Parts: sequence; C-alpha cells; structure tokens
Amino acid sequence: MATVVHEPPKMDVDRLPGQGPGNGGWRNLGPASGDLRKVKNSSPPPASTGIWVGLASITMTFAAFTSALVVRQGGARDWQHMTLPPILYFNTLVIIASSFTLEISRRRVAAFMGGLQERVENPLRWLYITLALGLLFVAGQIFAWRELVSQGLRFATNISYSFFYLLTIAHALHVSGGLGGLIRVIAKFNKRVLKRSTLDATSRYWHFMGVLWVYLLVLLWMKL
Amino acid sequence: MHDMSAHAAQHGAPTSFIRKHIFSLDHKVIGKQYYALALVAVIVGMVLSWLMRLHLGFANFAIPGLHLLSKNGAPGDIMTPEYYLQLMTMHGTIMVFFVLTTAPFAAFGNFFLPIQTGAEDMPFPHFNMMSFWVTFTGFIILMASFFVSDGPTLGGWTQYAPLSAVGAVAGPGQGTGVVLWAFSIAFFCVGQLFGSLNFITTTLDMRCKGMSLMRLPLSAWAWFITSIMGLTAFAVLMPAAILLILDHVAGTSFFVASNLVINDSLLPHSGGSTLLWQHLFWFFGHPEVYIAIIPGMGIVSHILITNMRRPMLSHRVLIYSMGALAVLSYMVYGHHMFVSGMNPISSLAFSFPTLIITIPSTIIVLIWLGSLYGSKLRINTASLFALGFVSMFISGGVSGFFLAQPSIDIMLHATYFVVGHFHLVMAVAAIFGIFGGTYFWFPKMTGRMMNESLGKLHFWLTFVGTYCIFMPFHYLGIAGNVRRYQAFVDDYLIPLIPVHKFITVAALATGAAQLIFIYNLIHSRFKGAPAPDNPWQGTSLEWSTATPPPHNNFGDKMPVVYHDPYQYSVEGASSDFIMQTSSESVHSADEEK
Repeated sequence: MATVVHEPPKMDVDRLPGQGPGNGGWRNLGPASGDLRKVKNSSPPPASTGIWVGLASITMTFAAFTSALVVRQGGARDWQHMTLPPILYFNTLVIIASSFTLEISRRRVAAFMGGLQERVENPLRWLYITLALGLLFVAGQIFAWRELVSQGLRFATNISYSFFYLLTIAHALHVSGGLGGLIRVIAKFNKRVLKRSTLDATSRYWHFMGVLWVYLLVLLWMKL
Repeated sequence: MHDMSAHAAQHGAPTSFIRKHIFSLDHKVIGKQYYALALVAVIVGMVLSWLMRLHLGFANFAIPGLHLLSKNGAPGDIMTPEYYLQLMTMHGTIMVFFVLTTAPFAAFGNFFLPIQTGAEDMPFPHFNMMSFWVTFTGFIILMASFFVSDGPTLGGWTQYAPLSAVGAVAGPGQGTGVVLWAFSIAFFCVGQLFGSLNFITTTLDMRCKGMSLMRLPLSAWAWFITSIMGLTAFAVLMPAAILLILDHVAGTSFFVASNLVINDSLLPHSGGSTLLWQHLFWFFGHPEVYIAIIPGMGIVSHILITNMRRPMLSHRVLIYSMGALAVLSYMVYGHHMFVSGMNPISSLAFSFPTLIITIPSTIIVLIWLGSLYGSKLRINTASLFALGFVSMFISGGVSGFFLAQPSIDIMLHATYFVVGHFHLVMAVAAIFGIFGGTYFWFPKMTGRMMNESLGKLHFWLTFVGTYCIFMPFHYLGIAGNVRRYQAFVDDYLIPLIPVHKFITVAALATGAAQLIFIYNLIHSRFKGAPAPDNPWQGTSLEWSTATPPPHNNFGDKMPVVYHDPYQYSVEGASSDFIMQTSSESVHSADEEK
C-alpha cells in the first residue's frame, strides 16, 4: 500500500451544536484519503431517509402476510372464494383521489413556504380535502366490513375471509397512522413550524398507502 | 417570511427526574435502560437454567421454595415434566429476545452509535424512547405468564404449530401462556423496528463532518448492518405473531390442520398449514442468530484493535464479510427444517448457502487471528473477553459444518449436539461480547473504572466454566441424547446421567461466578476510581469527548473527523495513536483509500 501524505482538509470547523444533523453526506462512500473536497456538504434531513426505512419495514410486513396467504391457499381444500364488497372499488377511487389532492397541497405549501404565494387558505384547503378523503376511505372500509358481517361472513367464517379482514384491517390501521400524520402537518402548518421534510415524508407515506391499497385490492381480487 | 427551515429537531437537556431518567429522549439514557433490562432478563434466564439443570442432573430433586413460583408446576418443590418445558421455553425466549438482542444491539448501539458517528442524538428521539418502553412492556407481558393459572407456554422458543395454535387442549400454558408469549414478541418486534429505524437513519444522515461511511468504527458498522437485518426480520415475525394470536382468539385456522385430534378431542379448525409457521418463524429466526452475534463481532473487533495497537488486516473485508453474513442469513433459514419432510432438492438448496455462509464467517475469524498474530496485545479484562468471544465463536462454529449437511443433520437434529452448537456460537459468544463491551465502555458510560482484578477472575471462571458446560453437550448429542427430555430413563440414556451431573455442577459454579461481575458492576458504579476521558488510548469519537459524555455528546463544539477510525502505531506521528478528530498530518500506509 502506497504511503499517503494527509493534509488537514480545509473545512468550516466552527459548526455549533443545535444546527441540525452533521454533513457526512450519506451518499459519500469515500474518499477517506484526507481529501474532503469531494465530500457532499450536506446530508438529507433524517425524515426523508427515515420514511423510506419505515416504508421498507411496512413492505416486509405485508410481504409476510402475502406469502402466508399464498402458502395457506396452496395447500388448502377448504378455501372458499369470496366476492369483494363493491364499495371497495369506490374506496379505491377515493384513496387515489386523495393522493392527487395531497400532491396539489404539497406544491401549494411549498410555494407558500417559498414566499411565492401569500394566502394561507389555499394550501390549507387542499390539506383538509385530503384529510376528508382519507377519513372517507376509512369509513368506506368500515362500511365494507359491516356489510360482510351483516351477511354472517365473519373473521373465522372461512380462511379467505380471515385474510380479507386481516389485510384490510392492517391496511386501515396504517392509513389511520397516515391521517394522524396529516393532522400533525396541518397543526404544524397553522403554527408556521412545518418543516419541508415533514411534509414530504408524510406525503410519501400517504402515496405509499394508496399504492399498497391498489396492490392489496389486486391480490384480494385474484386470490380470494 | 415563511421560513420553515429543515433543521433536525433538537431537544434540550431535561431537568425533571422523570424526563431525565425514566421517559428520557437521550440515547445514552435509553442505552442504559436497555442494558438494565438485559441485566434483569439475563438473571431471570440464568436462574431458570439452574432450575432446569438441577432437575436434569438430579432427578426428582426438590428445589426449596419452587412451589411458591407454581403450585401446579412444582408440587412438593419437585418440577413436573410440563413445568420443566415451561421453564425451558421461558429461558430460550428471554435469552434470545431480551438479552442477546437487547444488550449488544439495543443497549450498546443506542449509547455509542450516535457518539461514534459524531451525532448529537438519534434523529427520532421520541421513537427511540418508545422503542425501549414498548420492549419493556413486552418483557412485562412475558413475565406475567408466570403468574397466570396454568403458567407460561411450554412450546419452546420456536413455538411450533399446531400445538402452539390450538389452545389449552395441548397442555398447560398452551392457552393464555401462548397468547401472552405472542403479544410479548409482537411488542418486542415493534420496539426493535423503532430502534432499527433510528439506527439506520443515524448512520446514514447524522454523521459529522469528515465521517465517511468507511471511517465508521467496526462496532458502528456492525450495529448498522444489524439494524438493517432487524428491520426486515422483525417485520416478518410480527405478522407471524399476529396470525398465531388470531388462531387463539378469533378462531381462525392459519396454522391448524383439519381433523386434528389432540388429547382425545377433535378440533374445530380446518385446512391450516403447520409448516407456514415454521417458514415465517425461521425467516426471522435465522437472521436473528446473526442479529445476536454481529454486534458482538463489531464490539470485539473494536476492543481487539484498541488493545493490539494496530488495525485489522483489512477494515473493508471485515465489513463486507459482516454484510455477506447478513444477506446470506436470509437464504439459509430452511436448514432448520431439514427434517420437516421437505423435498430433498429444497434441502440441497438450503444446505448450499449454509455451507457458503461459513466462508464470510471464516474470513472474519482469519482476519481476527491474522491480526492478533504477532501483535503485542494488551491484556486487560475487555481484551480477554474479546479473545474469549473468538474462542467460543470458533468452537461453536466448527460444529456448524456438521449440522449444515442434511445427511448428518438427520442424525444430530434435536439432540444436545445442536444445543451445544448454538449455545457456544451464538449465545455464549454474544455474552462474551457483552462482557467485553461492558468492561471496555463502562468508564465512558458511568465515569468510573471497573476493578480489573475482579474482572480477570470473572473472565477465567466464566471461560473455563462455559466450556465445561457446553463441550460435553456435543458428546451427549453424538451419543443420541435427545434435547427437551426432562428425565433420562431409557437404557441408552442412563449411562449419560453422570455427564449431566457434571454439567449441572459446572452450570451452578459458572452462574455463581457471575456474582463477581454483578458485584464489580454495582461497586464500581458508585465506588470505582474516576475514569479519564480516554482510558484505553482509543482513537474513535467516543474517546474524544468528556467522560461521561455531556447531554449533546460533544459539548459546545461538534467534532470534525480527519482520519480512519484505527490509526495506531503510525510512523512519524507524535504518539502511538491518532484520534479521528486530530488534524495532525501523518504519513500512513494503513489509511484506507
């Protein structure tokens, strides 16, 4: 290994505590040769990385449920096919629409934060619409469960119903978490303490919930 | 006007007792809380192993006071066969989850990962606090099962279906006990998912200036790799636990087959897949073995380097090998199911990566041995335990070569050979890593030194004791001694009883030696000599801050990193080590490119 002479890199060493995360720069895999000119000078805010980590974990959980469904169905003679409650298709439109409204509000909030837009009502209105659509989705899911229960089709009626309730309830709980996130965004926005990274992370989570629902609907439609 | 800037949330130093010591957001306090939890858990787990060993070594031995723990399980202070299995299940569950995962990963990782990366704290301190308290709740739920009417579950830490899923008809503890077990595990998974989220984000986003990924110490790398494994493995175990709970409380049939008759009663379930549980469990279960051991590998490497006064033969290869272990650990899980009636081609498909995984393990061991060879290792308690870790890992690892092959595994499966194998390679090795880490980092965590003489005495008694316990297990296994038997009454087992007696005496003696450690820990915490900032002349960031570290880890000036983590014995340098924060220009042949 060749000998390397290290010169102290020229860097701003006066960074004070409380100025946010360090700037190792997470895409920076090197250079450890002492030449830090190539080092990116900032890391993304932790929320932008954290949300992907969280979504990876949710993906694994639903992957486990999916594999359980596939394995359980593969060896079963007791599998009853079920007809999905029609309201699920309406709910699908609602959650897709909510993704669009959230994207509109995200851009308007960004414009507001950048000073390009002065009226606070404008982004807020779209955030409230998104929240309402989210609540409508959850209400629609509850309606679907009640409809099945009223027909005597309960959790343990057949394994296909078990999986239906399991997957839809697990998804609805995650959506409820997203609604909590939206309420938090609105509260922070009203206090003018909203961070861009919080808004972006919440909207990524929300879009993921939409994508996850479409996946689940296709899975349930094909398998149940 | 609309400045809503993207700075990370900061929290000031707490003032009230509750926010400072109980519901604390400080990663250092949370790390200590995890350590305390692991300490309580390991004491409970060890006492359970004593009770089991007494019962195995000396049949119908009356253990004074045991009836107070369970009237039905130990009438007249003599353990029933079922109660033996219940204690064994709790021993395994407590040790795997609340000790081997909690101490090396969650405790040390929480305390030192942010410091070693140069961060002020974890990025999501509330999640971090919840991580501990959710895990703690899981532990309380598990402990509660000792006190329900028919006691804790007896299904083993693997909780194989269908007997784990059918309820009380399958025996004591298989009703409420299993439900409590599954809730406990689900809580534990949630806690570790929150922890992994913080660990990954800290490593990626919170590093200080100059701290490239390759400049992270090996311990930080180990925690980072483990957290990625935790994120995927616990996210699979949690759904499995939920399905198990549903089979109990909602009457579903995920794991229970049709027409199953247990204890003369026909069960109402239909069509469930018993193997589904095994697949879901072992997809978590095998990575879990590495979740327990990889932090130990990182901690031990960190300790050895500091005491060898030179870096490992290759920093990068060691990191890549730990990464390879992590990836391969997901591909080998089927080797736990060789005797489940699996297709021979599937056996081969799982056997092959199982043999492949020995390659990165061997590389890591060879790097340790090659780096130790010819080094002037400083002998202290921490380095002794690190050497002990290497020894245990090799001794236990060698038997893995035998078990990896289906043809041999069919004979050795479910014998004491397996018990000896996993206790050495994963359990005791990880415990040695925890001990090493404790003796090494105790000064930084508490501001006081531990007693070295007591530490060395503790090491030698533990080292010799654990070999006396676990090496004979291999002999028992080869002689055909099946695990999980609570008494040895068959002709071929009776001659083996003296070996069991020897193991029991060794287990009691080794357990008693741990009192030295506990005394040392408590006494040093209050009466130990004050620790300097850098007692071992280390180079990484934890040694460049005050002892114990201030609330924001580095006081009023954040660190800037100029060097690789292990610059020891550098030619031309002013001392035999260069701190990562030192801006000294050096001529170094060792620094990574």
